[in-house]
Amino acid sequence: MNYVYSIDRDRCKGCGLCVAACPKKVLQISAEINIKGYFPVYQAQPENCIFCSTCCIMCPDVAITITEATLEMANPA
Amino acid sequence: MGKVLMKGNEAIGEAAIRAGCLNYFAYPITPQSEVAEYLSHRLPEVGGVFLQGESEVAVSYMLFGASACGERVFTTSSSPGISLMSEGISYIAAAQCPAVFVNIMRGGPGLGGILPSQADYFQATKGGGHGDYRLLVMAPAGVQEAVDMVMTAFPLAEKYRNPVMILGDGLIGQMMEPVEFPDQLSSKPSNKDAWATNGMSTRKSDKPNVVKTLILDPPKLNEHNLCLKEKYERMKRDEIRYEPYNLETGYRALIVSYGTMSRVCRSAIDALKEQGVEVGMVRPQTLFPFPERAIEEAASKESCEVVVSVEMSMGQMVEDVERSARGKRPVKWYGTCGGDIPAPEEIMAVMKSFMSSEGPHVVHSLTG
Amino acid sequence: MGKTFTRPQALSEEHTHYCPGCTHGIIHRLIAEVIDELGIRGRTVGIAPVGCAVLAYNYFTFDFQEAAHGRAPAMATGIKRVRPDLMVFTYQGDGDLASIGMGEIVHAANRGEKFTTIFVNNTVYGMTGGQMAPTTMPGQKTTTSPLGRNVDEIGMPLKVAELLSALETPSYIERVTVIKPSYIVKAKRAIKKAFTYQLQGRCFSLIEVVSTCPTNWGLTPLEAVNWTEEVLLPYYQLGEYKSPET
Repeated sequence: MNYVYSIDRDRCKGCGLCVAACPKKVLQISAEINIKGYFPVYQAQPENCIFCSTCCIMCPDVAITITEATLEMANPA
Repeated sequence: MGKVLMKGNEAIGEAAIRAGCLNYFAYPITPQSEVAEYLSHRLPEVGGVFLQGESEVAVSYMLFGASACGERVFTTSSSPGISLMSEGISYIAAAQCPAVFVNIMRGGPGLGGILPSQADYFQATKGGGHGDYRLLVMAPAGVQEAVDMVMTAFPLAEKYRNPVMILGDGLIGQMMEPVEFPDQLSSKPSNKDAWATNGMSTRKSDKPNVVKTLILDPPKLNEHNLCLKEKYERMKRDEIRYEPYNLETGYRALIVSYGTMSRVCRSAIDALKEQGVEVGMVRPQTLFPFPERAIEEAASKESCEVVVSVEMSMGQMVEDVERSARGKRPVKWYGTCGGDIPAPEEIMAVMKSFMSSEGPHVVHSLTG
Repeated sequence: MGKTFTRPQALSEEHTHYCPGCTHGIIHRLIAEVIDELGIRGRTVGIAPVGCAVLAYNYFTFDFQEAAHGRAPAMATGIKRVRPDLMVFTYQGDGDLASIGMGEIVHAANRGEKFTTIFVNNTVYGMTGGQMAPTTMPGQKTTTSPLGRNVDEIGMPLKVAELLSALETPSYIERVTVIKPSYIVKAKRAIKKAFTYQLQGRCFSLIEVVSTCPTNWGLTPLEAVNWTEEVLLPYYQLGEYKSPET
């Protein structure tokens, strides 16, 4: 099963709760502000992500989603 | 069906059921607790909902919740209880939900007394709660009329999507008179799918309905207020009801009086007629909208010297009577508070003094 | 290994106005997930409070009513009595439920009204700028207790879960928190249990959610989580306080 991990930059408020919650220390606060003036989170170590969805569960804004990778994504026609 | 002898409070409860309203939330308060007592056994008989809430405050919001999900609802209370409901009434009017309130007025202010008064006129007709809203206010003068008005109140509340208030008093609530109820329901509830929170599945829709009153954007709040005002202008145009009495004669004085007080005035007018003194009366049946034109016309009759507002208060309706008369005739007031209802003889003496050449001096109860 | 995670259907796409790290967002999402899982979106009516969650109706995709301050349990009673088939929940904060609304919640619980209350306890009045609440801790500084809550003058913080559990009428009362993922999972279980009891027409339920208010506490979201664990959880102890089974 392949997963697609996605952070909605403009929805994130940079609260940092996911950074603390991540068991693999994947996430960090970025240095570039988003459209609302917050510093959103990003995957600093994406290769360590195990798609456990703990960050998603922690996030108050549903800014992080994990979806199944589809064949279309892998092989765009 | 035929007439039955019924206590006003109980007849009011029965009238709501006949009007198709099977949901009653209320709190006991003298002099109208009999409505709750009657409905506590009558509503279960017809599969209705009866709940005695923990306070009038809570009751007003039970009404709001139930009305907002599309059901016919009503409550009864008395003056201090209506004060407690005033915030809820403001919310219900703001949210444009239909609901029927009955105020069986008692003496005030504060805890006051338990006997009849008409001292909630301002509260009922000028809003009571905060903000720009009005209630459609009807004032029965007897038990049958109370029944008729309660039955009209529900379709009116739905027509205007506004609370309707029946302004009764302790005498109407407590006395027994012959009453007749229609055999079938007088009106079908309106379809409320456009706005009610009756569940998306109920109305087979994927669009949520939200019943709210918070409008933080100033232009939108202004627009909302204009929308409410337009309804009240329509009420003024279409819903005025009043009863003329003895206006075909050359009356020298015009009484404006409503409810129980108007019946005493009627007896006074009849007795004065036998003495050769003609007095006319305009009896408002709606207090909002107020029969301004009817009063202005009746006051303008050549024979008429003076207009007298007779009410069991310290002078509330008199301000609307003054405005209606438009300066065409002097407007006087006679009233009592405390709960004693003036006898016809008292009114006769008062009217004579108002019509005498010495001019009126009496401004309070002769027995007080 | 791994799992998917997407926005529940019962939660709208609106960006919330809540502060960064505010637990309202988590609680809203849990309610929406439960509503999706139970398949009740089409017959649910939520009741928004006066408080930060006054605009809650913008964040859900089902019918909502807005209550006057503290009166949500009365409105819920009205709805549930006339339409017992609708699933009704109130969503209330400290001031709404434990101050002005105390009468309404006690009586609704005591009558056993079959709706669910989600009580968000963050020890302050958030929306109005951080005033003291009945749930403010001893010594806690707020804008109306600038020297800290003085219990000699104003008494101890109010424990709603314990208070309502003292009523004789059967109900389901549990206190949870959402400050860390392990707690969040348990909180969701409690919320689902509460809604399930309502589906069965069983009893009144109240889930008290010990929550943070970083802005009015003057802490970062992570500092707020720590303060909650150190100071609040020892006083507002988590657990099931009342069950209709017993």
